[in-house]
Amino acid sequence: MVQLTLPKNSKVRTGKTWPKPADAKNVRKFMIYRWDPDTGENPRVDTYFLDMDKCGPMVLDALIKIKNEVDPTLTFRRSCREGICGSCAMNIDGINTLACIYGLDEIKGDVKIYPLPHMPVIKDLIPDLSLFYAQHASIMPWLETKTVEPAKEWRQSVEDRAKLDGLYECVMCACCSTSCPSYWWNGDRYLGPAALLHAYRWIVDSRDEATPERLDMLEDPFKLYRCHTIMNCAKTCPKGLNPAKAIAEIKKMMVERVI
Amino acid sequence: MRFITARKRAEGMGAAHHGTDRHWYMIVSAVGLAVLIPIFVYIVGNAIGEGRERVLEIFSHPFNAILSGLVLFFGMRHFAEGSTMMIEDYWQGVPRRLLVICAQSFAYGVAAIGLFALAKIAL
Repeated sequence: MVQLTLPKNSKVRTGKTWPKPADAKNVRKFMIYRWDPDTGENPRVDTYFLDMDKCGPMVLDALIKIKNEVDPTLTFRRSCREGICGSCAMNIDGINTLACIYGLDEIKGDVKIYPLPHMPVIKDLIPDLSLFYAQHASIMPWLETKTVEPAKEWRQSVEDRAKLDGLYECVMCACCSTSCPSYWWNGDRYLGPAALLHAYRWIVDSRDEATPERLDMLEDPFKLYRCHTIMNCAKTCPKGLNPAKAIAEIKKMMVERVI
Repeated sequence: MRFITARKRAEGMGAAHHGTDRHWYMIVSAVGLAVLIPIFVYIVGNAIGEGRERVLEIFSHPFNAILSGLVLFFGMRHFAEGSTMMIEDYWQGVPRRLLVICAQSFAYGVAAIGLFALAKIAL
C-alpha cells in the first residue's frame, strides 16, 4: 500500500562525518546510507571524503576505497565489476543503477548513495531481494517443452533468435522493479518489470512450448496489469533494456488471445 | 508475523485469469470517448448562455440526446474502471473493497441519473 511517510524507526538522521584525507587537492564528498540491524538505531547518512586523484573512475571504485581505507564496516554487494552480475545495484544520485558501470564524472556535486528504494534493507546498501528472486522463479525462467527432445538440439531460426535480443541481456539487478511505483505499492502481487521481461523472454522463445500456460499464469489484474506504462523501468535500466515494451507485448498477446 | 517462504508470497493465490477484459475495455472506451467527447463539448458549448427552452430543444434532438447518452454511459463506465484501478493501486484489504464499491456505485448512479434526465428531455 502507498506510504507517504516513513515509519518512526526508518527516519534517516545525519550520521558520522569522517575526516578529509590529508594533503589531498582533489577531494570529493560522499554521502552514504548506513543501517545496522544489530544496533537497533535509525538509519543514518555518513559523510566520507576521498582523494579523487587516488581513486578509480567508477562509483564502485570509490565504495571499495572507502571500505578498504576509511570505514571497513561499510557493507555492499559487488562481484564482477563490469555490469554482468548485477550485484552492486544501488540508488546513486537518485538513479537506480550499477555502481560498477556508473562513472563518478556523471555525477554533479556530492555523491549520494542509497540502497535500492522501497525494499527491506539487510544492512547498509544491501536490500533483501528474496521476494524479487521468488517472483522471477515463479514465471518458470527455463525452456519448457512437450515434444520429445531432439537427438541433437532444439533448432531456432536467425529471425526467431533475434527476437530474444533486448531480453536475454537482463542481469536481474532489480534496478527496474525498484524504480517502479506500482512495484513499490503492490510489490507482493505485481510481478514487476524484471520478472515480466523474463516472462516475455520465454513466451517469445520459438522453442518454448508452454506459451498458453505462461500467459494463463500472468493473466491477473495484479501480476501483469499493475503496469501503467510509467516507463521508469526503461529509463533506469543500466543495461539499456526496455521492460515496459516487453510488458506491452505480453498485454498485446493477451488481447490477441481474446479478440 | 507469518513464517512463509518468499516463493509462497510470490505465488500468492495464483492468477485470477482475468484482467484482459478490463484492459481491452479501457482501450476501446478511451478511443471511443476521444471521438465522442469533442462532439459532446461542441453540443454543450452551443447550449451555454441559451435560455431554458433552447437548451431543452438542443438536448431533445435525437442525435444530441443519443450522443450525450453515450458519453454519459461510457464516460462513467470508463471512470468506474479507471477509479477502481487507481484504488487498487493505493489501497489494500477492506478499505480497497469498500472504496471500489463506492466508486462503482457513484459512477453508475451518475450515469443512471443523467440518462433519466436525458430521457425526460428527449422523449
